[in-house]
Amino acid sequence: MTQADAEVQTRRQQAGPAGRWSRVSGALWRRPWARATLLLTPPLAWFVLFYLAALVVLLITAFWQINPFTTNIERVWTLANLKTIFTTPAYLEIIGRTVGMAAAVTVVDAVVAFPFAYFMARVASPRTRTALFVAILLPLWASYLAKVYSWLLIFTHGGFLDWSLGRLGLAQVHLIYTNWAVFTVFCYLWLPYMIIPVYAALERVPASQIEASQDLGARTWRTLRLVLFPLALPGIAAGAIFTFSLTLGDYITPLLVGGTSANFMGNVIYSNIGIANNVPFAAAMALVPIAIMAIYLTGARALGAFEAM
Amino acid sequence: MTITRPRIGLRSATALGAAALSLIAVGCSSGGGSSQNAGGGGNATSGLTVPTANLPVPQQVGKGEGQLNLIAWEGYLDPKWVKPFEQQTGCQVNAKYAGSSDEMVSLMKNGGGGQYDMVSSSGDADLRILYAGDARPVNINLIPSWKDFFPAFQSPPFNTINGVHYGVSLQWGPNVLMYNTKDFTTPPKTWNVIYDPKYKGQVTVPDNPIQIADAALYLKTSKPSLNITDPYELTQTQFQAAVSLLASQRPLVEKYWDLASQEIFDFKNGNAIVGAGWPYQVSSLKASHFTIGSVVPSEGATGWADTWMLAAKAPHPNCAYMWMQYISTPKVQAEQAITYGETPDNKLACTYMDQMQPGSCAEYHANAPSSYLASISLWKTPLATCDNGKADCVPYSGWVNAWNTQVK
Repeated sequence: MTQADAEVQTRRQQAGPAGRWSRVSGALWRRPWARATLLLTPPLAWFVLFYLAALVVLLITAFWQINPFTTNIERVWTLANLKTIFTTPAYLEIIGRTVGMAAAVTVVDAVVAFPFAYFMARVASPRTRTALFVAILLPLWASYLAKVYSWLLIFTHGGFLDWSLGRLGLAQVHLIYTNWAVFTVFCYLWLPYMIIPVYAALERVPASQIEASQDLGARTWRTLRLVLFPLALPGIAAGAIFTFSLTLGDYITPLLVGGTSANFMGNVIYSNIGIANNVPFAAAMALVPIAIMAIYLTGARALGAFEAM
Repeated sequence: MTITRPRIGLRSATALGAAALSLIAVGCSSGGGSSQNAGGGGNATSGLTVPTANLPVPQQVGKGEGQLNLIAWEGYLDPKWVKPFEQQTGCQVNAKYAGSSDEMVSLMKNGGGGQYDMVSSSGDADLRILYAGDARPVNINLIPSWKDFFPAFQSPPFNTINGVHYGVSLQWGPNVLMYNTKDFTTPPKTWNVIYDPKYKGQVTVPDNPIQIADAALYLKTSKPSLNITDPYELTQTQFQAAVSLLASQRPLVEKYWDLASQEIFDFKNGNAIVGAGWPYQVSSLKASHFTIGSVVPSEGATGWADTWMLAAKAPHPNCAYMWMQYISTPKVQAEQAITYGETPDNKLACTYMDQMQPGSCAEYHANAPSSYLASISLWKTPLATCDNGKADCVPYSGWVNAWNTQVK
């Protein structure tokens, strides 16, 4: 043992707890995978235990049935619930109606949000932009139920809408308790979720690209179509994930402003849990939007939606 | 006061948001102790028995345990009558409010799990609870006020099986025919009006599978060839006739209401002029001087009736008996009837009701003759086994299925 080696030895022995910590941190610094494991374990455990485990239980439940007498769950594997869903015309109609509604809401929100987001990102002064942001975000802080009920007052028989049309000398429309009412309220409710990602995407488009397009002789429409729109597409796709999935799962708006044909997937799930206590059937029905969203997200990913979020 | 009486499928609006969570929660919790309750093959044949029927009943009420854990509808444990009970008996009441009949059934699984003592369940849940073996026989002789009950509520089929009581009846209410007196200058005499194309787009009925019983009740008189005897025990043919009637009613319906407040809103705003509802909606509309009328039509009506049922594993049985004694007394019955807007089961409650709020006894039919009561078919769980023992009736899960796929 040389003199230097002995010195190191003693220093190590003298180091005590502080030295141990620095050794640990040193070891972690040299091994990034260990560091990552240590940091990620608590949140990952939480995620797996409370989120994924609950989902797995849900998936399993979908393949059980209830005893029609006692409504106790019978743990016998069966595909009967899924078979019922895919062979009953009424349930297929409900699935079609829900997907159609979600798609229509997404399209309309995208069409409305694009010019709005464009104005915010590229035209408005910083002051106006802040004001518009507040205008978009404020409704998100208001109670969901208060917003839906206020639409009920607008649509009702002799309500604000009919009253206004009457004053203008137009025919009254009686939108209350129709799927048009449900559609309008959905479009209103989820619009901010579309505007914000589209705004974020448009803001990122460098001004030089638009100028270059104009310098090369492209008119407004052509610049919009060939430059701006493709660059904003990931943002629209990101917003569409929100508007589509939120519409797909909502059952309160149809319950409050919808009429006799406002039966959506969420309502079927809700009534099978709340009324029939048929959790397995509700779980099977819940698999349908999960499957639809899986397909939808695959498509959105192809459009680059995840980079935009 | 806003009452959103949480009947089956009716949750108060505030509870709506929690449903996504409860989907998972119910999925996790209701798996326990399931298949042994299926009845050992008894469900397919006649002779359904209550598993707890032979459990012994106490002969006297002992010393209170100091605690009482109750599952109740929101509003059923008002401090107005709970406080005096706690002072009198020393039993501290711990309330657990349930949002739907099914939540009550779930909470009562495994006899209340040794945690809950009683539940204020409705007729549509009672049979499910007691046939699952989750309720315990009650010695009705220990409840003095029971003898003052209207006979219909002393041993009703939804909480008394083969002479064995599984709790004590509480309150009830009818589902009446409501109409705007501006549009109906002469009161309608039959349920026919809610199936009449003349009132297209102006009808409102509850969004509830139990509504099939209302259609069956109407068909009982209007179509005698179907031989319907009990609107809750329908053979496939009778059931299908009721469902078809409701399917043909659908184009006339402006709104299937979920919350009492929705129906009040729709009558007030002219979205509906005729429909089915509870006395609570009628008195709320009357209180705001709206032109509303209500009637129990010639065919009769359906109605709900609640029972305080005793859990099979009740940890505080003495306090539970004290509660049954207390809640059955006329004054407490009157207080609850007025606060909640329903009809007491104790016939002596009428005087107290009029003392508290003049005219309320007649308004809630607490003094109605027995013929009025006889015209009401009280809710009970539709089971696959009919009362005659044959297993050809449509069970409740079939009702929900038909309501969702054929009516709506």
